[in-house]
Amino acid sequence: MDLEFSPEDIAFRDEVRTFIAENYPAELRGKQDEGDELSKEDFLSWHKVLYKKGWVAPAWPVEYGGTGWTVTQRYIWSEETARADCIRLMPFGLTMVGPVIYTFGTPEQKAKFLPRILSGEDWWCQGYSEPGSGSDLASLRTRAVRDGDHYIVNGQKTWTTMAQHADWGFFLVRTNPDAKQQEGISFLLVDMKTPGIEVRPIITLGGEHEVNEVFLEDVRVPVENRVYEEDKGWTCAKFLLAHERVGIAGVAASKRGIERIRQIAANELDGEKPLLANPFFRRKVAELEMDLTALEYTELRTLAGEAAGKGPGAESSVLKIKGSEIQQRLTELTLEMAGHYGAPYFRSFGEGDNEHGIGPAWANRAAPTYFNTRKTTIYGGSNEIQRNIIAKMVLGL
Amino acid sequence: MDLSFTETQDMLRDTLARFLADTYDFETRKKMLASPEGRDPGIWRALSSELGLTSAPFAEEHGGMGGGAIENMIMMEELGKVIAIEPWLQTVVIGGGALKAVGGAVADAVIPGIIAGDTTIAFAYAEPQGRYNLADIGTTAKADGAGYVLNGHKASVYAAPWATHLLVTARTGGSRRERAGVELFLIDANSPGISRRDYATVDGFRASEVYFENCAIPGDALLPGGIDLIERIVDEATVAVCAEGSGIARKLLEGTVEYTKQRKQFGQPIGKFQALQHRMADMLIEAEQIASMTLMGTLRLNIPAAERKAAVSLVKAKVSRGLKIAGQSAVQTHGGIGITMELAIGHYFKRATMIESQFGTADYHLERYEALTLPA
Ligand SMILES: Cc1cc2nc3c(=O)[nH]c(=O)nc-3n(C[C@H](O)[C@H](O)[C@H](O)COP(=O)(O)OP(=O)(O)OC[C@H]3O[C@@H](n4cnc5c(N)ncnc54)[C@H](O)[C@@H]3O)c2cc1C
Repeated sequence: MDLEFSPEDIAFRDEVRTFIAENYPAELRGKQDEGDELSKEDFLSWHKVLYKKGWVAPAWPVEYGGTGWTVTQRYIWSEETARADCIRLMPFGLTMVGPVIYTFGTPEQKAKFLPRILSGEDWWCQGYSEPGSGSDLASLRTRAVRDGDHYIVNGQKTWTTMAQHADWGFFLVRTNPDAKQQEGISFLLVDMKTPGIEVRPIITLGGEHEVNEVFLEDVRVPVENRVYEEDKGWTCAKFLLAHERVGIAGVAASKRGIERIRQIAANELDGEKPLLANPFFRRKVAELEMDLTALEYTELRTLAGEAAGKGPGAESSVLKIKGSEIQQRLTELTLEMAGHYGAPYFRSFGEGDNEHGIGPAWANRAAPTYFNTRKTTIYGGSNEIQRNIIAKMVLGL
Repeated sequence: MDLSFTETQDMLRDTLARFLADTYDFETRKKMLASPEGRDPGIWRALSSELGLTSAPFAEEHGGMGGGAIENMIMMEELGKVIAIEPWLQTVVIGGGALKAVGGAVADAVIPGIIAGDTTIAFAYAEPQGRYNLADIGTTAKADGAGYVLNGHKASVYAAPWATHLLVTARTGGSRRERAGVELFLIDANSPGISRRDYATVDGFRASEVYFENCAIPGDALLPGGIDLIERIVDEATVAVCAEGSGIARKLLEGTVEYTKQRKQFGQPIGKFQALQHRMADMLIEAEQIASMTLMGTLRLNIPAAERKAAVSLVKAKVSRGLKIAGQSAVQTHGGIGITMELAIGHYFKRATMIESQFGTADYHLERYEALTLPA
């Protein structure tokens, strides 16, 4: 056992660092610095750079386009991309449906979809939640009825992230209403341009359009787009949920978040001293770092277990709970730093004059981000549900 | 000791509550926020000239009802319950409070306008570099003949786009953060030399960055009292936003309990889950403590300054913490729908969040309390 990187790991880290420095899209960097809203093309610009390099899906098996990196190298990768403030790639294709397809899909499905996920040609969305089925996902009611070599799908999904950009969606639908809840669900890949699909925006508290309602009316989906067996879609869903939870810890990104707070608070004044010298404030930073370090080493232990052949089990709930809480505390601290400049709502600024900006640029999104980030303890299986899982699956209660 | 309200006070609360129930439902409020002016001026007119409610905390000699801090508390609590975006705090509590404190000709001249609804006031005290320290003032007021000339920049001035008057803190002398030399001025909002950048705030108000560039004002714009006066009116304002927060905490709790009775998952109302029940019980505990502290603060505004400041700081620190718990719990308990613009609950959460730091965070006030009461 050894906490230090080997010389090979250090060489790898330097290679990654150089690659990012030389290849991260300048235009994207500029928009991030300005705090601009990112478009679909912006998200894809970094994706495409990584695709060309062959680094877009480090976790995938090599035969499907993965990098074959060790657990340590993957750890270094996520550290370095976060350190350099690279945007996070959209997870729906790369970390969600991709692994489902290479694990459960037919050879045809693998050949058709995996290359397009890697290249970024297809943008994916996740159609699980419904108005009546959030935490109780298995109660979902969107219905798929077999009609020859098609399913006819009717129902409504909601909270569908980035569906406004999506080319494809992976949907959980009920194919057998008479079976026990979990046993009548199928996993369908749906072309979002199919007639009968309507996507309507939901605006969240920070004013952003990132989630949608998706209405499905007599949508025809070829049977060949069903992954795994009919009525056995829950198996895919469970597999995917466990995967989703590991990434959700967001350790590297939170480290970068703390770094940002340190930088800002070292320059922002609180009276005659920097805010970082305020004993209350610095204590909160220290406490966050304590909790983040505990999370980091918990994740490393989980990953080591995974490398040794243990799948991500109920322990991943620990990562989800602590990771999401830390993400929220980061936004709380940023809002606190903003002081009076937490109040102005940047979407209402309109055309400003150059002489008079409204507060420091980093503060403009402090409150909207704080509001928006309340989502992390709600989605991906709410933290209450995660605690239920720990109680039931780990503690046997 | 007597913690009961008078009949007049009960009647005031009822009148305002009934008016707001009729005029300030969530959808109507949404429309006000989206309108170019960001509010419905008819509401202010109704509150003042039609219902006479703005007269509540003013002396009878000015046409008021002779009330004070308790009336302010009642009003702010009711306004909080509908997350009203009216300039009540700025105009009636802060502006009115300053005028009542200084009295004399300026009070005689301005208070009747407040009562009638013609005068609205915004409080320009915060500055970009200063956090919650009221003496961290860089704006200058240089004596010039019989008057003064203002130069400086005030940040995040709530209600400024609607104001006929600005209540401004500025330095006639001393260096930044020095208590001596900070003074309070009441000026015409349209004085030459004032410019603004207006915007909406994240909690639904309209506000401005206000810039003074060689803004000449008359000598009698100065309301005598210096930093002591400013601290006093800010303490009154602090307790008033706590009252607003108290109304909000009640609604956060009510809305959440109601929702968990309707929303079903796993075949039962989610309110049946003990994890959520305990959280809502905690919300109730917070709402009760917020109400208690607000009442304590309201009743202790007229004691010697050092004791008053200590009391108000305890109030604000507790209320800030309670609002964080209440707001975050409400959203979490709602699930996804809690973080959308569609439900009122998210908007209560946003205002609660901004109250947390308005006139100082919990940390700021605990520090002030410690400095005043604990030996070093
Ligand atoms: C920003 C955002 C993006 C999302 N993106 C997607 C997406 O792309 N695709 C998708 O399919 N879904 C998505 N979701 C949906 C998300 O997965 C759900 O919000 C989540 O499952 C919770 O469901 P709900 O919102 O209906 O809340 P509910 O299930 O109604 O829960 C309400 C409250 O009850 C609690 N609760 C529920 N059951 C229990 C229990 N048994 N014990 C204790 N407490 C309980 C919950 O924890 C929560 O606090 C997204 C959500 C958000 C907020």
